[in-house]
Amino acid sequence: MRDIYLDNNATTKVDHAVVDAMLPFFTEQFGNPSSIHRFADGVARAIKKARGQVQELLGAELDSEIIFTSCGTESDSTAILSAIKAQPNRKEIITTAVEHPAILNLCENLEKEGYTIHRMPVDKCGRLNLEAYKNLLSEQVAIVSVMWANNETGTLFPVVEMAELAHAAGVMFHTDAVQAVGKIPMMLQDTKIDMLSLSGHKLHAPKGIGVLYLRRGTRFRPLLRGGHQERGRRAGTENTASIVGLGKACELAMEHMEFENTQVKAMRDRLERGITEQIPHCFITGDLTNRLPNTTDIAFEYIEGEAILMLLNKAGIAASSGSACTSGSLEPSHVMRAMDIPYTAAHGTIRFSFSRYNTMSDVDEVLKVMPGIAANLRKLSPYWDGDGPVANPEQAFQPTYA
Amino acid sequence: MWDYSDKVKEHFFNPKNAGAVANANAIGEVGSISCGDALRLTLRVNEDTEVIEEAGFQTFGCGSAIASSSVLTEIIKGMTLDDALKVTNNDIAAELDGLPPEKMHCSVMGREALQAAVANYRGEEWRDDHEEGALVCKCFAIDAVMIEEMVWANKLRTVEDVTNYTKAGGGCAACHEDIEAILEKVLKERGETFDPNAAPIAKPIVAAADCMDAGARATHGAVAAKGPLTNLQRIKKIEEVLNSLRPQLMADGGDVELVEVVGNTAYVNMTGACNGCQMAAMTIAGIQQRLMEVLGEFIKVVPASQMPAPLVNIQEASHA
Repeated sequence: MRDIYLDNNATTKVDHAVVDAMLPFFTEQFGNPSSIHRFADGVARAIKKARGQVQELLGAELDSEIIFTSCGTESDSTAILSAIKAQPNRKEIITTAVEHPAILNLCENLEKEGYTIHRMPVDKCGRLNLEAYKNLLSEQVAIVSVMWANNETGTLFPVVEMAELAHAAGVMFHTDAVQAVGKIPMMLQDTKIDMLSLSGHKLHAPKGIGVLYLRRGTRFRPLLRGGHQERGRRAGTENTASIVGLGKACELAMEHMEFENTQVKAMRDRLERGITEQIPHCFITGDLTNRLPNTTDIAFEYIEGEAILMLLNKAGIAASSGSACTSGSLEPSHVMRAMDIPYTAAHGTIRFSFSRYNTMSDVDEVLKVMPGIAANLRKLSPYWDGDGPVANPEQAFQPTYA
Repeated sequence: MWDYSDKVKEHFFNPKNAGAVANANAIGEVGSISCGDALRLTLRVNEDTEVIEEAGFQTFGCGSAIASSSVLTEIIKGMTLDDALKVTNNDIAAELDGLPPEKMHCSVMGREALQAAVANYRGEEWRDDHEEGALVCKCFAIDAVMIEEMVWANKLRTVEDVTNYTKAGGGCAACHEDIEAILEKVLKERGETFDPNAAPIAKPIVAAADCMDAGARATHGAVAAKGPLTNLQRIKKIEEVLNSLRPQLMADGGDVELVEVVGNTAYVNMTGACNGCQMAAMTIAGIQQRLMEVLGEFIKVVPASQMPAPLVNIQEASHA
């Protein structure tokens, strides 16, 4: 049985062309890009090429606006910590309730140090209220950090518009675009976005490489100081092979942008249509009209996500869940809670995220097994009776909670 | 993905006794709010003998919740209610060849459902007596609520105090930042400030008194400086430490016995619920750490099952 990978928002397979581009930099051109000898010959040039490839995918004005980091989390931390360090008198941060932990946990930590964190709520479709956002912008705010696309639902936030508003109010704007880069087109030079984070392993580059886009002229304080690498904005010997790999991955993402938004989207759409038609009591979460093309997050009511994943895994299908039990923390997904999804559904959310490596036969396979999985687990569920949920499930089953 | 044992997978993929028992006369419904799992346990109890004749479960939950429910019904079928009430969550976990620390609460939920069902049969009201918080110490499966309560109840002031009273933080130590945060919060509510360098308060159970007082512990290098222990002194002290830890282990339904000391290696037998518990290795690590603190020298704690063969032979010979 062929294994089917539908967890591309978690991480992606490294493209073979990316691996090929990287290999010489491990054993042949392994020299330090700063060195003056033949082992370093061409390395600096290769990094420059990669920088240009990233620049093109992002639509950045200059290649010097691209800073290579070790991961998306480092880029996020660098952006926020730089903003507060460069503007010590501004003690507020605006973000959303549905950010990645790379932002939320950092903000929580800053809150302990006396910062005021505004976590904008979302509605049941995962959308922000821009009027409320406008009212939060002030001279007290050091930075706004809003994700471009949500990792669980794929819902897109209007970051271009929000950056304009921040800019007009004199506030820096950062976006965690880890899920968006390579999946939707962007042209940063036409926006007021000051900083943007991306992560290589979400777009078929290896793990351990990320980028912070830093608009020219944005006041900046490095997180890591030391050597002159990245023009002194991110010290540390360059991860040359991965930088080259990321460059190649960005080039490939650019080439496949249309495919992603047509073919990949078609697979996603067929899967969610098939599931919602065949399986009763399930629904798609997030903003259905404004989403990443590759992501669907489906809540299966009255059953639990980890149990679904274990059965999918047994059938050779890899996906992920917003259920409490799949995270080490035992906390139900903060994204589902922020959208006010009832807990009997929130715990049963499954995210299927596609890539250009998937095929329509993958979709068929999932559609073949998913109805049986849902039915079998519902047989075990105290909320389910025969062919449907028990009448008034919340009243019929009222466990004593610990 | 969690590292589930084959037993867990077996009970998840092929659950036993799924569904409600017809004509049930004992029903327990419990849930864990932090995890969102919930379980309904239905039993048919013979009213003359109080023997559980049928048991069935309906579970809304993850793989280990379903497996814990399934194995629970297998364990208690045929038991009298009194015997069934003696089943601990560790028994449930042990029957599954252990659960990941984050998932131990699934076994707790099983035990609570059983208690609730028995209470329901006897016409009593079952009240849950523990509140579950976010897991802080993954080595010993201690949650935030438990730590907070102990900090309040015993006026704890340092991370070391928390480790002494709850075991939390005694393993890999990665959770010390979280423990400090709890201390900061509670101490603030108490009108004090958290001082990371404060001297620990006295230990909960005073044993090996000369070594266990705060002063000696703070400078346990000095203990070692007194010169190496004789083997007899070492064995005595090890026994004292094990005695001091015993109440904690017994509270979890287990126990430990010292089998042999060879040089700096102590061979112990983990018994009761500790035997076969997935936490046994961490418990042994905790015991080892405590021994090193008290003895002021390096000591290795090893399960007696790993004792070199010749030693075992000599023992067997002497018993013959």
